[in-house]
Order: sequence, then structure tokens, then C-alpha cells
Amino acid sequence: MNTTLNAVSLPAPAPLLGRKGWAAFLLALIAVCAVAPVLNLWVPPGSILHLSDYGVGLLGRIMCYAICALAMDLIWGYTGILSLGHGLFFALGGYAMGMYLMRQIGLDGNYKSNLPDFMVFLDWKTLPWHWTFSDSFVATLLLIIAVPGLVAFVFGYFAFRSRIKGVYFSIITQAMTFAAMLLFFRNETGFGGNNGFTDFKRILDIPIATPQMRMTLFVLTGLTLLGFFLLARWLINSKFGRVLQAVRDAETRVMFSGYNPIGYKLTIWTISAMMCGVAGALYVPQVGIINPSEMSPANSIEMAIWAAVGGRATLIGPILGAFIVSGAKSWLTVAYPEFWLYFLGALFIGVTLFLPDGVVGLVKKLKGGAK
Amino acid sequence: MTPELMEQNARHAERYLAAHPGKSGNTESGGREAAFSRLAIPGEVDTTHGRILYLEEVNVSFDGFKAINNLSLDIAPGELRCIIGPNGAGKTTMMDIITGKTRPDSGQVFFGSTIDLLRFKEAEIAQMGIGRKFQKPTVFEQLTVFENLELALKTNKAVTASMLFKLDSTQSDRLAEVIHTIHLADSVSRQAGYLSHGQKQWLEIGMLLMQDPKLLLLDEPVAGMTDEETERTAELFLSLKGKHSLMVVEHDMSFINTISDIVTVLCDGSVLAQGTLAQVQSDERVIEVYLGR
Repeated sequence: MNTTLNAVSLPAPAPLLGRKGWAAFLLALIAVCAVAPVLNLWVPPGSILHLSDYGVGLLGRIMCYAICALAMDLIWGYTGILSLGHGLFFALGGYAMGMYLMRQIGLDGNYKSNLPDFMVFLDWKTLPWHWTFSDSFVATLLLIIAVPGLVAFVFGYFAFRSRIKGVYFSIITQAMTFAAMLLFFRNETGFGGNNGFTDFKRILDIPIATPQMRMTLFVLTGLTLLGFFLLARWLINSKFGRVLQAVRDAETRVMFSGYNPIGYKLTIWTISAMMCGVAGALYVPQVGIINPSEMSPANSIEMAIWAAVGGRATLIGPILGAFIVSGAKSWLTVAYPEFWLYFLGALFIGVTLFLPDGVVGLVKKLKGGAK
Repeated sequence: MTPELMEQNARHAERYLAAHPGKSGNTESGGREAAFSRLAIPGEVDTTHGRILYLEEVNVSFDGFKAINNLSLDIAPGELRCIIGPNGAGKTTMMDIITGKTRPDSGQVFFGSTIDLLRFKEAEIAQMGIGRKFQKPTVFEQLTVFENLELALKTNKAVTASMLFKLDSTQSDRLAEVIHTIHLADSVSRQAGYLSHGQKQWLEIGMLLMQDPKLLLLDEPVAGMTDEETERTAELFLSLKGKHSLMVVEHDMSFINTISDIVTVLCDGSVLAQGTLAQVQSDERVIEVYLGR
């Protein structure tokens, strides 16, 4: 050991979560797995503590959005690549799940046919090829991850290899989701046209519209969100995560330091897309419908807004952002339906101008000021 | 061939013998096996011919403008070569070519005798051992000094390797050593974005050192540094000379005077003159391009 050299104290690697972080994580875990089910299923509806079915549905939905916001943070907040097409990956996961749910309807559809209603309506006699695996739940689980992942990988490979960056990349992703939306709108592509899939009856042969199933999906969504949070945290804490930030700050320096940025960008891009796919798959059975409007450009833009409002490159921020913005949306669209879009616009402008680091940045600033 | 190089080759041969027990070192003169003590090892730079970098008749033009015009240049292992020249002489473009950023229209660029640099991409060239400092200091501003150096560290740079990477004690020692060398020991956990201009220059040089390159390309390394910082940089470069090969582009003549052996003057994309600083400074053509015509 060289004494003069050891005068420098090198920082220890950061833990996955700090003491406070683990405490908060545990609280969230208890809230999702214990508190919410008890308040919804056991506390009687008259009680002030009762969590209504509407509330469960809303929170379950928002947690799906939060997963998307988290995925957005990995690719935009940390890697500096603004995707305006993540709605596509969300919808692809949703459609994969939707196909399975359509097959679970069995003979209980309006036409009492083995085929989904819209196919009977189109006078189709057999399932199209891409429905081959829709009867198997296991295959569906694989497809939920594989389809968005593959689409993202192929798209990302060509985009990153061609060194498409910044606003050009954003525009292309936007075009990608728009093109997919048009494709899914068409009846002959076999995705139910503009009506999409709905009227789900069962999942794993268990009726879907029961309070217990709703709560099960809610808990699953919560656990997925928490799990993805830990995964994201691990990725960001590793050297891989620091290379991503380095790509964001000075990509040429990354190359001249011996890293090939394409592999890094492609990896995080694909992971991010898969996370959105899972979110979509959890979303569809909870809301009971999936149609091409999920791919509309506005949905993808909203994901970026969640991340921006909460605070980019903080992981927890975008999750909060999804809760704040979606919460406000569900309240405003009921109370003052005509003001929602103005509010969203004002929010986006306000955050961009006054809160470049989002809500989390604001909290940090206030804390710093109090010292 | 210098004694160190001969020793290096002898060591190569030993390693080769150890890996291939069937072969023997004592072969018949002129036989097929005779050349095996000079091994072309993939990814390793062959400097047995006494040159680490060759540029030969390289041409680049941008929209008809000839940025590099029939440029030929070579550098010996361990040499510290200074490059000077008026603005637009092609100094930065030359570095772009060597590091894979720009493809020449024609010509050859070799790293050692065996590696054709034109066949590789930026990241691959960096991994082979060519480090580059940019004209404008380029560090990762949101990361700390420590993290900046850690990223630059010579190691497996594949995606999965980075996910599982842990700094071992040899690497920590190396990191601590470099932090000392670049005088940033007090700023280990500071965000690089908050460093002064001169400190950023130092950090970038430190990142190059972490890569442990065989050849360092330094584009205006002392621009914006105080006199004291410049002096320290000169000391650092002189200490690197011998172990590494350096190519330094600078405008600061007193700095060049301190560090240089051989100075190459570039003008209009080709070599105008070469020699000691005193020699090139007394060269008529050099005086002409510098003082105007």
C-alpha cells in the first residue's frame, strides 16, 4: 500500500437504496399488498376508510402509467433520448394481453362462436396466423415482453446505427406510433379495427369483473411497479447507468473512451419498451378495453409530461409525476371537463419554465434552502 | 529497434511458446518457423519497425475544399511530437482521421505495422490504445470527477460487463494515482461541471491516462490554463514521454519550446517543415505562412 496515494479517499459504491429509501419502499409495499386490499374488500362501503372500487381502478391505472413514466425516465431522463412513441410499446403489450382475453371469452360472445365477435362480423372462418399463441397464457406472457422488445430493438438498431439523434429521433418515434395506429385501425389486420378488443369475461378461466380479481390485478400492478423501480435503480447505480448519463452529456467522449454507444442505447431503449409493454398488459384487464387510440401521439407525449413534471433522471420523480398529472386529469375531466387541456398545456409550460428539474427538483431546492 | 522492443518481442515469444507447447524456439534458419519470434498478435500494436503511427498520402476534402492534402507523417514509439500550423492547416482533421471520426478519401493510416486504422470505428480505435483530448474540454459534466475517471478506466467495455462492473483494488490504486497526477485529489466527489476550465482540461487528460493509451492525441491541451497549470502540464507530458507516444497540437510557443523534440509544421493539409523548434522557426516558408504573405 502506498501511503501518499491513499490520501485520496475514493467514494464507496452507492447502495441500491439508502435507509430512508428502503423504509419508503417497505411502506409502499405494505400499502399495495395489505392496506389497499383491506380497505377495499373488508372495510364496509359506508365507512370513511373504505376504498371504493372506482378508487382501486383509478390507482391501478395510474400505477400502469407510473411504470411507463419510469421507463420514460430511463431513456429520456438518463440517456437523453426523448421518445415520443412509447405509447406504441404500451399498446403492443396491451394488445398481446387483449388477444388472450378475447380468446378467454370462448363461446360467450354475442355470436356464440369460438372466434372473437369482430372476426365473425367480418365473416372470417379461422383465426389469423398472428393469433396462433393467443390461447396460451404462458405464451401471452412471453409475447407481452417479446413483441414490444423486438419492435423496439429493430427500430432502435437502425435509428442508432444511423446516428439519428435529438429532435429527429423524437419525430421518427412519433411517426412510428402514428403509423402503427393507422395499421391497427384497419379491420383486415385482425386487431378488431377501431373498436379494438373489449367485453372481456375471464382471465385464467376466472371471471374478470369481480372485486377480488380487480384487487389481484391492482396488487400485481403495484408489485410490478415496485419491482421495476428496483430494477431501474440497479441499472442506474451500475457503471452501465453512468455510461448512459455519459452518453447524454457527451456522446463523442464516450466513443473515444472506448465504449460503443449503440449497444448501450439499444439495451436501455429495449428495456424501456419492454417495461411499457408490461404496463400495457396490466392496464388492459383493469380498464376492460384496448383500441388503437392508445397509440395516438398524444398518449406518448403525455408520458413525457409525467416524466418532466416529476423530475427527469430521478426515477422517483416520474412516478410521482404520473400520479400528480393523472390524478389531476381524472379530477379535472370530471369537475371541469373543458379545462383539462388548458391545464395540461399550462402545466407543461410552467414546468419547463420554472421547474426544469420537476417536482423532485423543487423539493430538493426547498430542503436546501431550509438548511 | 530499441532494446526494450527486442525484450518485448522476446517476451512475446516466451508467451507464445508457453501457449503452444508443440513448437520449439530453435528452428532451422530460414524455415517456416523462423519468424515466430516476431508475432503479429491480434489487437496488439507491432512497433518493431520503430514507428507507432504512419500516415501515408492521406487526402480528405470537404465539399471540394482539400482539408488534408497528400499528408504523410509518422511517429516513433515513446516520442513526443508537437504539431503546429496556422488555423485551417488540418490539425484537427488529422486527429479526426486517426481516431476514426472522419474517413479519408484516399491514403493509408496504420497503427504500428499491422493495424489498419481505417477499418475500425471510434470505440474500437480507442480500445486499441489511442486516446484523444478534444480542443474544447469534453468531460461528463453531470458525473463526479471519480465517476469520470472510472468510466475511462481501461477494462471490458461491453454492456453486460458494465452492468456487473466492480472496481477492484488495483484499479482503485490506479485511479487514486491518476487523481494525484492531475491534482484533483480535493475534488474527487465534485461534479465535473463545476470545475474550472483548466481543471476540466486536467480531468480530460486524466481520463486519457486511465485508458492507458499507447498513443495520446492532444488538441490544444493548455488552452485556457493559467501559467502555473501550463507548467505542470509540461512536466506531466515530459514524464509521459517514453512510456507513451504523444502528439500535441498547440499554439502556445513557449509551451512547445519546453516540451518539444521534433516539431512538425502543417500548412494547407500537408507537412510544410519538420525539425527542432529553432530549425522550423528559422525556416523561410514557415515564417511566411505565420507572418502572412
